[in-house]
Amino acid sequence: MSFINYASREINCKIVYYGPGLGGKTTNLQYVYERTNPQNKGQLISLATETDRTLFFDFLPLDLGSVRGFRTRFHLYTVPGQVFYDASRKLILKGVDGVIFVADSQEARMDANQESLDNLKHNLRENGFDLGLIPYALQFNKRDLAGAVPYDVMLRALQIKGEPTFEAVAPKGIGVFETLKAVAKQVLQELSKK
Amino acid sequence: MTMFGSNLVLYEEEFDRINAVLARLWMDANAKIVFLVDKNGQQIAAKGDLDKVDATSLASLTAGNVAATDGLAKLIGEKEFSILFHEGERDNIHISIVGQRLILVLIFDERSSLGLVRLRVRKAAAELEEVLTQMASKAADQGEAPASPFAEITDDDIDALFTE
Repeated sequence: MSFINYASREINCKIVYYGPGLGGKTTNLQYVYERTNPQNKGQLISLATETDRTLFFDFLPLDLGSVRGFRTRFHLYTVPGQVFYDASRKLILKGVDGVIFVADSQEARMDANQESLDNLKHNLRENGFDLGLIPYALQFNKRDLAGAVPYDVMLRALQIKGEPTFEAVAPKGIGVFETLKAVAKQVLQELSKK
Repeated sequence: MTMFGSNLVLYEEEFDRINAVLARLWMDANAKIVFLVDKNGQQIAAKGDLDKVDATSLASLTAGNVAATDGLAKLIGEKEFSILFHEGERDNIHISIVGQRLILVLIFDERSSLGLVRLRVRKAAAELEEVLTQMASKAADQGEAPASPFAEITDDDIDALFTE
């Protein structure tokens, strides 16, 4: 649910990183934070446990400059991936404009990917959204690990509607901006239809 | 603006009215900062010593806080907790829900008091609700929202955003 302020000529959109625990959602955000000019970003807020697991959300505001005379801001959020934080995940999806699903390429995490994807569909529905319609991109993270599940296999298992997919190594930044850009683009295109 | 529809759209006239209400509340309540945020964490308007805080983070965390508290309310069978109050050593934060969709945040110190804040917030909230209602009826009168400024957005426009 983007917020368009005609008075101050600003537009704000919300993008949520979703996916199983320890899949690299926060790492994606950290990389975006590190690689963005100071004048284009706000603080990276992490509500995390003492062991650096996301407890409620991470938040990063990005200022992308102007489109058609409107200052364009994206608010990036991650959800906590661990299964038992479901109530929090549902809250963070409120008013979302676009979703990035960060899947873990390890064989042992394929069930967790699937479970999290089902959970995303369900929680979007609870918030009045449809994964089939909302701007969406799929990222296969941790491609550098030995024994990563082949790309085709992951695609077949996780792609749901021909959404753009990206192979990523989040700590090195591979695929990080590409994924973000793909969703941001869909969000702005969505706005142009209204 | 559609009340609970898709996007929140704010025009000059309502923006000015909202700013006027916040400015008055800021004075009357002796507050340091007054803030209006929507429930999704987007800042709508603000008044006061904004240089000293990270306004965007404040907006997002406030919305997170309200969302979590809403979740708690539902768990115990309440509709919502319409007022939240956080007391600090120096500064305090008073948070209230306006018209089910907006969050009014007030930061104040010992130069004000909780009683005064509550009194002034109640009045301001009623005025803000009036603005909201007016916006809703205006939106209903107009039917469809005016053409989006993004209607002619091109791929190049979007690419240009990411050429850092």
